[in-house]
Amino acid sequence: MSIVSTEPALKDAALRNIERQVIVIGSGPAGLTAALYAARANLTPLVIEGIEAGGQLMLTTMVENWPGHRDGIMGPDLMTELRAQAERFGAEIIQGDVSSVDLSQRPFTLKVDNASYLAHALIVATGASAKWLDLGVDKKLSGRGVSTCATCDGFFFKGLPVAVIGGGDTAMEEAIYLSKLATRVTVIHRREALRASKVMQDKAMSSPNIDFIWNTEVVDIKDLAQGKVTSLVLRDVNSGKTSELAVDGVFIGIGHVPNTALFKGQLALHDNGYLKTHDGARTSVRGVFAAGDVQDHVYRQAVTAAGSGCMAAIDAERFLSGTLHEDSLHSTIVS
Amino acid sequence: MASEKVKTFTDANFGEEVKNGVVLVDFWATWCAPCRRIAPIVEQLADEFDGKLTVAKVDIDENPMTPSKFMVRGIPTLLLFKDGDLKETIVGLETKDRLTQVINKHL
Repeated sequence: MSIVSTEPALKDAALRNIERQVIVIGSGPAGLTAALYAARANLTPLVIEGIEAGGQLMLTTMVENWPGHRDGIMGPDLMTELRAQAERFGAEIIQGDVSSVDLSQRPFTLKVDNASYLAHALIVATGASAKWLDLGVDKKLSGRGVSTCATCDGFFFKGLPVAVIGGGDTAMEEAIYLSKLATRVTVIHRREALRASKVMQDKAMSSPNIDFIWNTEVVDIKDLAQGKVTSLVLRDVNSGKTSELAVDGVFIGIGHVPNTALFKGQLALHDNGYLKTHDGARTSVRGVFAAGDVQDHVYRQAVTAAGSGCMAAIDAERFLSGTLHEDSLHSTIVS
Repeated sequence: MASEKVKTFTDANFGEEVKNGVVLVDFWATWCAPCRRIAPIVEQLADEFDGKLTVAKVDIDENPMTPSKFMVRGIPTLLLFKDGDLKETIVGLETKDRLTQVINKHL
């Protein structure tokens, strides 16, 4: 079989109008927990896993704050377990990335490649993705020394100096991981104190080859002409003075942006782009629920994501059976 | 369901293998979680473009010279060669649709 022109695929799509009671978009802790609960409620949920399947935990190493694992569990192992657990109860998980949604009528329509899916209740668990610097050059040098994933790309910087940008838990985890590979890790943070949890701060501060540069921003990454990272141009946010730091790699850990582009104009969003939820996991459209980092800019933990996934599944189940209490907010939000 | 159509290239045979035709090479490692996500897509591409496109994988742990030569500094990275010339570098995750478009440009 060979697909060269797009025509056969389109014809095929017309035949593939798959209808489900519950569809979950996303396969991180929120999406898979929602799928687990929906599966146990006999709703045979379909999970469309998305391009970043397994979510952010797939890019981590040891997760030490997931309850019930006193010695910690590797992020990818946790996701493998959660996925198998959801499947065991009848969740179906498919590859693919949703390219558009139509939430104007039920069942809701989702497009994946050239196929259409119909959902009577929808759970949005699309999560958040690593934020880039907004320099332009950082994306152009992605895979050429600029990375948002230390566990993926740290390997290439054995015995070389690297920098980590950011001051939160993500940045500290990257710095600690890289300190075992790189000769020197320089953490560049635009404030004078870290946002990271105390445990992570202590670990990073006590590492002999992690240095800190405070109150400093990265204003340029060199060298695009050579097609690789050679140095960073830094600017002191107080004095405005610029300097250059020679590194072979730079890891960006400045936070995440919610994956809500699909829903713009269809679901109510906060100004920062996160989905608005109310009365549990409800969004501004009846029958659409949201869970995990896509709607949480405050806690953003694996366990809170899983908890909200459970809430979304229970809300969806009640919605489908007609027992979800209507609330006062709906009438004002739904136009 | 690993596709038998996906070949394995090494530092020793890489230059020879990409010399002719259109070749898509997936640089990966056992410890790379995102690489596991793209692997099934690469296998599907090998099946769907069978006869028109050679698809291969390079384990970067066992073959450090080839990634270094092509300045691969992050994985997954896909390189597309046509008759020995590097035509496309695709860093990170991409959808199958998007990869299909990139491949079709060179067939």
